[in-house]
Order: sequence, then structure tokens, then C-alpha cells
Amino acid sequence: MELDPVFLSRLQFAWLIAFHILMPALTVGLASFIAVLEGLHFFTRREIYLRISTFWIKIFSVAFGMGVVSGVIMPFQFGTNWSRYSDATANVLAPLFAYEGLTAFFLEAAFLGVLLFGRKLVPPGAHFVAALMVAFGTLLSSFWILAANSWMQTPAGYEIIDGRFFPTDWLAVIFNPSFPLRLAHTVVGFYITTGFAVVAVSAYLLIRQKSPAEARTALSITLWLLSVLVPLQVFIGDQHGLNTLEHQPAKLAAIEAHWETGGNVPLILFTIPNDEAERNDFTIQIPYLGSVILTHSLGGEVKGLKDFPPDQRPPVALPFFAFRVMVGIGLLMLGMVVVSWWLRWRGRLFDTPLFLRACIAIGPLGFIAVLAGWTTTEVGRQPWIVYGQMRTADAVSPSLTGWDVLLSLIFYVIVYLIIFPAGAWIMARIIRKGPATDDAEEDEPIEAGRPSKPITVELHAKGEA
Amino acid sequence: MDSVLSLVPVWTLILAAGIFFYVLLDGFDLGVGILYGFEPDLESRNLVMNSIAPIWDGNETWLVLGGLALLAAFPLAFAIIIPALYFPVLLMLLALVFRGVAFEFRFRDSEHKGFWDHGFCYGSALAAFAQGVMLGAFIDGFETEGREFVGSSLDFLSPFSILTGVALVFGYSLLGSGWLILKTEGAVQERARRSGRMSLIGVLIGIGAVSLWTPLVSAEIAERWFSWPNLLFLSPVPLLSLVVAWLTWRSLNGTSHAGAFIGAIVLFTLSYLGIAISLWPYIVPHRFTLWEAASSNSTQAFLAVGTLFLLPIILVYSGWSYWVFRGKVRADIGYH
Repeated sequence: MELDPVFLSRLQFAWLIAFHILMPALTVGLASFIAVLEGLHFFTRREIYLRISTFWIKIFSVAFGMGVVSGVIMPFQFGTNWSRYSDATANVLAPLFAYEGLTAFFLEAAFLGVLLFGRKLVPPGAHFVAALMVAFGTLLSSFWILAANSWMQTPAGYEIIDGRFFPTDWLAVIFNPSFPLRLAHTVVGFYITTGFAVVAVSAYLLIRQKSPAEARTALSITLWLLSVLVPLQVFIGDQHGLNTLEHQPAKLAAIEAHWETGGNVPLILFTIPNDEAERNDFTIQIPYLGSVILTHSLGGEVKGLKDFPPDQRPPVALPFFAFRVMVGIGLLMLGMVVVSWWLRWRGRLFDTPLFLRACIAIGPLGFIAVLAGWTTTEVGRQPWIVYGQMRTADAVSPSLTGWDVLLSLIFYVIVYLIIFPAGAWIMARIIRKGPATDDAEEDEPIEAGRPSKPITVELHAKGEA
Repeated sequence: MDSVLSLVPVWTLILAAGIFFYVLLDGFDLGVGILYGFEPDLESRNLVMNSIAPIWDGNETWLVLGGLALLAAFPLAFAIIIPALYFPVLLMLLALVFRGVAFEFRFRDSEHKGFWDHGFCYGSALAAFAQGVMLGAFIDGFETEGREFVGSSLDFLSPFSILTGVALVFGYSLLGSGWLILKTEGAVQERARRSGRMSLIGVLIGIGAVSLWTPLVSAEIAERWFSWPNLLFLSPVPLLSLVVAWLTWRSLNGTSHAGAFIGAIVLFTLSYLGIAISLWPYIVPHRFTLWEAASSNSTQAFLAVGTLFLLPIILVYSGWSYWVFRGKVRADIGYH
């Protein structure tokens, strides 16, 4: 059997990044949420914000730790599996990665310590600043990594000498055409994902009548935040779509499963794209709506896949369905937010069991939307690793055999199937315990994310509960 | 590079310092992880883990920074060395995953504490071994053609790389023992003194073997060290190593709390210097010099501006976090 190192390396990268991105999807949002709670506590002095914050800091510390260990693996992938890509693009991209490490990782590491265990060691103001700094660190990290990713989608500010990319204009490299919208879309997406995770956990606590006061406050704050974020995301997503139409027309054609160029294009709701026959089967579509959404005009022209040579087209089915999963979840979330307005107006936000159950059900969907969105944009970029300039097939390390990559992939799969379920289980356990409820009960001291008491004490406490 | 103001020397220093910081910092906490497996009871294990819990992730950040600095400043070296070390890198990364999550999971998942304990100890040992293997394979050099590594993914495996792998396990254990002597008291400290002595013997055998092996295999390296007048200038390196080894041994047997750790650090510094002298000016040994592998001046300049500004700040607050957790650790009240 001939194993293809390119395909297996792509599979390996997809496996590693898919698990890794779930952690920032939670920690970028939680860091900001915790900063909001710490700010509310700092300015209002209401202890309830502190208890909610302490609770989420525990979950944050587990997710952050897993984000770190799965993140350390990522830059090494560039070398182990994508050495030709590294050699070709390092002059342009490597400083962006390095700046992520220099500005974000060390900032996070330093202030995370204060955030986790410094509440009693530093003044409240300094603790609030630490929370802000950690949140700022996660945003800086998003800034640099998405600048690099966007450059691969819409390269700018470079010249090619002997097949390698060299920088000519650093501002153009960083602020390449798709970067501002991608950054906004991703960060808001992370915020919304976290928001619905907080909503789900709060609803779960409310149904079980565990720490109900804290759960009500968290649910209320989060639904207000989501009331702004979800409509904002619809707007940003639309703008991002226009941007893709302009800069990556082949990707957009794949997302929409359009084969023919023309005006008055329909919006295809469902189809089975047939790459070989260059057509769709079993199509359900709404006339004209495609042009309206994509070009904001009834007769707007949209390029079809047939305008591109077959060896420059992405696969169609994956971006098509992944995009619909993402948008579907987004619309569901918009619906939830609208329902929450109505329930709030009627004063029934906290005691409508059906709504609370729906909140729990929608909790994990944000993560699926993040994965779907990521799949859409990365698969849609194919067959290029640097859009229009360098092919993914030419990027892989020349020394690798298929068996090498298969072996490493198997190991990564096994290890992640141990680590990530274990982490999820540990977070679930923290959630089941819920936030502390009153000031008299001293919360267990958390030091650098770990309770300082020996393990036996925790077992004992659990036995009592 | 044709520019007058070449930044290659600056980046050589930054990269050398970054890798050295990583080796020392993660070296001692990987070493502590290895020794963790030999602690007989729960209380001393908690104590040993607490001695590095607040600082280990900062230490590991240097690994990412070292890798990215290599990629940014000497991309050709990155593109040759990392794929050539495919399996040692894989082993190191997976070992670091287990060891990293163990800090968090061991406390929160008490039902499987034994599993995470093993993950912590074996993860630390395997990461150390993998890094030693990488060092050996690096010194041996890689088969290249044009700008690419063209050997096989198993080329890293040689008696020499296994030797350096084992030697580094002893080396990190020595650093870890030194750290534990510094940070603990009583029975744990006594055990650290004993493990320190065993590690030191292992390290000296390793350093001796590498020092004999490399000039025997490579005429270039032999010429570097044994030609006149280099012999005169460079002889302090091995001589000082012997003196420091002797002082470290005395300190391990004595009552000093900091001596062994300092001795281990100096020993590492001298070994590092020795390897640098042997390989200079190559970044891909025998193939590409630092200048040949360097990225464009624009790339190096763009990153140097921020790095030279941020690195001192990072060093200050990293140092501060060590200062916060200074003194002896205690198992019962956490680590401060």
C-alpha cells in the first residue's frame, strides 16, 4: 500500500489544530469574561461577582493548561511535517509567530500566576489588572496567529525570489486584506462560544438548584453580552463573506457550490456536490438569494468553479457543508438570544425549564461552529498553502515517508484521546460542584491552578458532600 | 548577507542564550520530574512537585521561543534539523504533554493519580532522553541536498545519539537534584544528595565519552581543539570542568544548600561552550554556517527590534516570579 505523506500530514495537522483550537475558543472568551467579572467586583464590591469569577477561573486554568501543552506542539509541526513551507515562508511569517510568543505567551504566563493565586497577596486593583493583562495576552495571541493565518489566505507585502517569500512591507504583511475581518470574526466567535458555554453551565446549575443566585447572575450578564455579540457576528460574518468573494473567489464558489459564473445566483440550501461531473445533485435552493447575500444586489455576478482550472479548485463538499453547519448554528444562537429578550421582558428568564434545557443543549454548539468555520476557511484555501502562490503538496517535508507520518499520527491520536477526555471530565467535575454560595464558606485556596491541600483532603471533602 | 550591519551575530547570541535558558530551566524541572519517580511517599512527592509547580510553564515557554527564534532567524537550519529529528521531536512533544497536564490532573483527578504520577515521571525522563538524542544527532550532522534534508527519519538513531540521550537524563537529574537540595530539607534533601552523586557520575562518564568520541570521529573537531595555539586557549574548558565536577561532588557530600545547583549550572555552561566551540560557525553541522542559514536582513531586523526590547522585560518578570517563590517549599501549605 502506498501511503501519501502529504495527505497524512494534513490529517495530522487537522487533528492537532482541531483539538488545540477548542482551548483558545474557551480561554480567549473566558479571560475576557473573567476580566469583566473582576471589574464588576472591583467597582461594585459585590461579592457575588467574585464567586462567579473564582468558579470560572478554575475551569479557565484547566483549559489554559491544555491549551499550552497542545499549543507547544503546533510550531514544531511546521518543521517536522512542513519543512518546505517553513523554508519558503519563514522570512515573512516566522516573525509573526515569534512575536506571538514574545508578546503574548510570557505576558499570559506571568499574570496568570497572579490571577490564579494572588487574590490574597496583591491589592484588589492589581488583581483586576492581572485579569485584564491575561485577557489582553489572549487577544495579542489571536492577533499574531490570525495575522499569519490571514497572510496564507490573502498574501501581501512580499516578493518571491527563487521560490521563497521575502518581506517588502511589514505593515502590508500583517494587515493583509483578510486579516481585520478574520480577526474580528474569530475573536467574536470565540466570545460567543464561551458565552453559550457559560449560559449552558448556568442553566445546568439553575435546573439543579445549585448556587442559584450565582447561576442567575452569570446567565443574565452573559445573555446581555450575547445580545450584542451575536447580531454583531452576523454583520462581521457577512462582511467577511464579501471579503472572501473579492480575494478568494474559488473558495467562495466552493462554499456556495456554484459551478457556473453568472448573475441572479440562487442560495443553495442543500446539495450533493459532484466534483468530477462538475455539477450538483439533489439541490434545494432559493432563487436570487445567493446574489443578494453575496453581492448585496439582486443580479450580482458570482464567479463559478468552472472559471478556475480543475487543479486550482478546492474540494466542494467539505467547505459547503461545514459553512452551512456554522451558519445554521449561528442562526440558532440568534434565535436563542431573541427568545431570551422576550423571556426577560416577561420576567421568566430563570424559571422556564424548556428554555434552560435549550440553553444546555446549545452549549457545545459554539465549539462545533468554530471547528466548522475553521474547516470552511482552511479546506476552502486548498489546493494552496499560500493562496495562489504555493501548493500544499509542495510544502511537506521531502524526507518523510507515509509510514513515518502514519506512525506519528497514531501516537498523536492515542495521546489526545486520553488527554482531552480527561480534561473535559475534570472540567465537568468542577461544574458539578458549582460556584461557592456564601461568604462564610472559605473557598479552597487555589495556587497556580492547583489546590494546595493534599489530595486526601479533597477526597474527604467529597465524601462529605 | 551583503549588508554592512549584519544582525547574524546578534541573533546567534539571542538564539544561543534562548536555548541555554531553556536547557537550564526546563532541565532542572525535567530533572525534578525524573527524581519524582523515586520519592517513596505521597508527602515527599507533593513536596517535590510543589517545588516546580509555579515556574515550570514559564520554563517551557523558552522551548517555544527557541524553536521560533530558530525558524525566524535561521529558517534553513529549522527546515533541515526539525524534519531530520522527526521521531525524537515527536517523543519529546508527547512526553511533555503528559508531564504538563500531570500538574493539573494529578490534583483534580485523584482516582487516577497513579496514572498521572507515572505520566509525570516517565514523561520527564523521556523528554530529557529525546532532547539528548537530538543533541547527539545534531552533532553527528544531517544528510542534505540543496536546501533540504534528504536522509531517512531513522537517521537520528546511532550509538552516539543514544549515549547523549542517556547522558542528558543524568545531566537533568543532576540539575534536578541540585534544585531539590536548594529547595527542600530533611529526608527529601538527603535523597537528592544521593541521586545527585549518582547523576554526577553518569554525567562525567557522558561528558568524557562525548569529548573523546567527537574528535575521534571528526578531524575538523580534533583540529579545532588540539592544534596549536587553540590547545592553549581552549584547555581551560576541560580543566575547569574537572575542577567544577570535583567541587560539585564535595558540595553534594557536604552541607551546602546551593553549591550543587550552582556546580551543575557551571558544568552545563562549560559543556554547552565546548559543543559551541566544536561546531562553530555551523548551525547545521558540517553543512551550513550561521550566515548561510540566516533569514533576510529585513526579517532579522523586524524581529530584533521587538525582541531586544521585550527580552529584558521578560527576564525581569520571570526573575520576579522566582523571587516570589524563593526559600524552602513545604508540602502542607503549598509552595510559599
